[in-house]
Amino acid sequence: MQKIGVFVCHCGTNIAGTVDVKAVAEALGKEPGVVFSAEYPYMCSEAGQNLIKNAIKEYGLTGIVVCSCSPRMHEATFRKTAAAAGLNSYMVEIANIREQCSWIHKDIKVATEKAIVLGRTAIAKVALNAPLTASESPVVKRALVIGGGIAGIQTALDIADAGYEVDLVEKEPTIGGKMAQIDKTFPTLDCAACILTPKMVDCAQNEKIHIYAYSEVEKVKGFVGNFTVSIKKKARFVDETKCTGCGVCTEKCPQKKTPNLFNLGLDTRSAIYIPFAQAIPKVATIDADYCNMLKNGKCGVCSKVCAAGAIDYKQQDQIIEQQYGAIVVATGFNPIKLDGYDEFAYNESPDVVTSLELERLMNAAGPNGGTLLRPSDKTHPHTIVFVQCVGSRDTTDCGKPYCSKICCMYTAKHAMLIRDKYPDTEVYVFYIDVRTPGKNFDEFYRRAVEEYGVHYIKGMVGKVMPQPDGKLLVRGADLLMNEQILINADMVVLAAAIEPDKSARPLATMLTASMDTNDFFTEAHPKLRPVESPTAGIFLSGVCQGPKDIPETVAQASACAAKVIGLLAKDKLLSNPCVAHSDENLCNGCSSCEKVCPYGAITYVDKEFRMPDRTTKIRRVASVNAAVCQGCGACTVACPSGAMDLSGFSNKQIMAEVDAICR
Amino acid sequence: MSMNEFKPKIVAFCCNWCSYAGADLAGTNRLNYPADVKIIRVPCSCRVNPLFILRAFQRGADGVILCGCHPGDCHYTTGNYYARRRMTLLFSMLDYLGIEKERTRVEWVSAAEGAKFATVMNDFVKTVTELGENKRLEDLRCKK
Amino acid sequence: MHNNDKEQILRSSGVNVLKCMRCGKCSGTCPSYEEMEYHPHQFVYMVEKGEIDKLINSPSIYKCLTCFACVERCPRGVEPAKIVEAVRLIATRRQGENHLKAEDIPCVVEDDTPGQLLVSAFRKYKK
Repeated sequence: MQKIGVFVCHCGTNIAGTVDVKAVAEALGKEPGVVFSAEYPYMCSEAGQNLIKNAIKEYGLTGIVVCSCSPRMHEATFRKTAAAAGLNSYMVEIANIREQCSWIHKDIKVATEKAIVLGRTAIAKVALNAPLTASESPVVKRALVIGGGIAGIQTALDIADAGYEVDLVEKEPTIGGKMAQIDKTFPTLDCAACILTPKMVDCAQNEKIHIYAYSEVEKVKGFVGNFTVSIKKKARFVDETKCTGCGVCTEKCPQKKTPNLFNLGLDTRSAIYIPFAQAIPKVATIDADYCNMLKNGKCGVCSKVCAAGAIDYKQQDQIIEQQYGAIVVATGFNPIKLDGYDEFAYNESPDVVTSLELERLMNAAGPNGGTLLRPSDKTHPHTIVFVQCVGSRDTTDCGKPYCSKICCMYTAKHAMLIRDKYPDTEVYVFYIDVRTPGKNFDEFYRRAVEEYGVHYIKGMVGKVMPQPDGKLLVRGADLLMNEQILINADMVVLAAAIEPDKSARPLATMLTASMDTNDFFTEAHPKLRPVESPTAGIFLSGVCQGPKDIPETVAQASACAAKVIGLLAKDKLLSNPCVAHSDENLCNGCSSCEKVCPYGAITYVDKEFRMPDRTTKIRRVASVNAAVCQGCGACTVACPSGAMDLSGFSNKQIMAEVDAICR
Repeated sequence: MSMNEFKPKIVAFCCNWCSYAGADLAGTNRLNYPADVKIIRVPCSCRVNPLFILRAFQRGADGVILCGCHPGDCHYTTGNYYARRRMTLLFSMLDYLGIEKERTRVEWVSAAEGAKFATVMNDFVKTVTELGENKRLEDLRCKK
Repeated sequence: MHNNDKEQILRSSGVNVLKCMRCGKCSGTCPSYEEMEYHPHQFVYMVEKGEIDKLINSPSIYKCLTCFACVERCPRGVEPAKIVEAVRLIATRRQGENHLKAEDIPCVVEDDTPGQLLVSAFRKYKK
């Protein structure tokens, strides 16, 4: 005999404002099997939960329906409530009458009617619920961090600090990421390398951290607590264990015409290289596209000069397989390609640069040793024009619809640094809006204007025209003067929009973690779970989740580490009991289910069956490994004999829901 | 609103990871769509057995829509591909049986696409409303 | 009257002026900026505010070269040149009544006359 309790939440006025909660409770109280029905202002409050607990005990309820917000919000809460009152936590169903009813309808009559149907559907389902017990699975006490920028470094350090093993995978030959390329940081103007490199060294020296540099994630299998990941260690053609990072090979290498990617191609380097002086691991790498030895077998200089004998031209890519309890994504960003913006003449003139290129041009380890010179003729620029929002807030095909968030601040920083170092240089900044929400950010921008005399012009540049004399004629609008202005500039700096790294999309597919339309990873909840992916065991650190500056990235990285530590601290995880199970008597052993299972959770076993004539017969039947099954239900539909069913979402339950909706 | 106005019965199956979350987002953003749509939460679009849809049409549904993650984004890697293939077959059979193709639909709605969810539902309800009341599939088992 | 003009401009241009984020790239890019009393970004803003008469009475509408540089470079896809064209169209229509009356049309038009021809004829043969 079913004894179902119905609890209708007002959610303050969120639900009660458009749904007549009393009428809903009354109507649902008359449904078959319902013995108790009540409404309450906040069901999720302690008093609301006590109301549920008392009703379970008093009426001996066998199932409860809570008509409230989305199950994605409070299903877990009410399951705990039920369990506390001695009812199996899977005897709880939520009717979503907030997100899917009161918030989208304005007419009280319509919304109330719909709420009743949704409630009745949940009642029909809960009547067929069966008590379920979650099984336990062990947690591998090791984390994987993908991406070795400041986000990945901070997350790895924090996890290691708590005593857990961490593997840090970086696709470039060194960790450090974008921050290693930046000269100074806003709003304090301290040197990026000075604050980053000690952290990189900490990573290298920490016993708990293993760095896989020049490596990529190839394959991910498994689930939260027990992922199996294949990492491809790309061939460096240098034995990492032998190389001392002395740099003799890089000096002697005759192939000096290799574009220096660390300096964004603004200068050249040798084919065997160490990206920068403070690289971690400080190991040389051979660029196979430029090395004469690897291309045509003629050279071998580096091998001859290497005292450690670390050069290995025959080195192959290596696949490493490792188990992890949690995976952190910290894949970061890149400035967008500016090919679609002919008007800024970026491809036409070397003196039109992106802001990241300007960082290298101003950096002491950059192509000009820290003196700002025009890339074209190495002369000192006297007039520099900055253009903001290049590709940001741009709804056309070549741009990005979002605000890149960091450009206003780094442009102010660049302008200020240039005015500080070269007071004879005039700096103009074209802006649409100056966005400076952050501690000491607006003060910083105002200093650029008031103390350093940077000319901020409200408006946008329409065209940059390279002149025969090497100057750049910049035409733009000054909206406050209501004038079109022409500036004869020596350099133009474009604040290019930032976009997620291209490796993020295939990685998201491997991790089955969701992304938004801009390829930023989606967080489990935009406000309350900002560092977790909706996919259990996957965590998000840094710009891969959305544009951020360094302080925000570090904050998120540490938050992310805290979540990972929370997971790794558990010895066992309760696994989702809503998994598939097969009725051996109905199974005909056809293997249809085995083929559609994405996790390999179904195996076939030979089982002895007693036949009607008292003989026994051995039949091949499907068997589901509950620890591996993730409960998608693909097999339940593939099964031709109807032997396969899914706990929590059984055929009968869904049929009952359909019936209740169509009644 | 007149009493005689035709209000279709619409069953929407939404996968837990993308589309159900997309529907929640539509709610959070207060994006209106008709109350005729009633959502059934399933773990994945591949959990939707064609029998559920036949059942809906037996019980008088006027339209059935199945929403899942975008191809390639399935939480379970491949579930939505199975769903797509199964539904293609089922819908063409239903069309043959006299249930117009417009009454059945598969849509991909991600967790970030609240606006798309509302647009899709508005459009689907409009389409089904224009088609009018559906013929009911007969449940022969009830005649025994 | 003003509101009608605004509606008509929005309808005939197909432009959503609310998409404008006031960056001024259209005016930064316009080759006949100096010639114009009201500039491309002002066209968009003034249409949004319903200040249509000022635009209609300004020579600016004839200074626009319809080069579409503003349309090409607008980061928000607002298409200011189409707004200018729509304002010009209103000005043209205001200059006089149509020479052809609607009720006269059926007897002078053959079945296979293209609709486009009719529209341009209305514009051309005015008093």
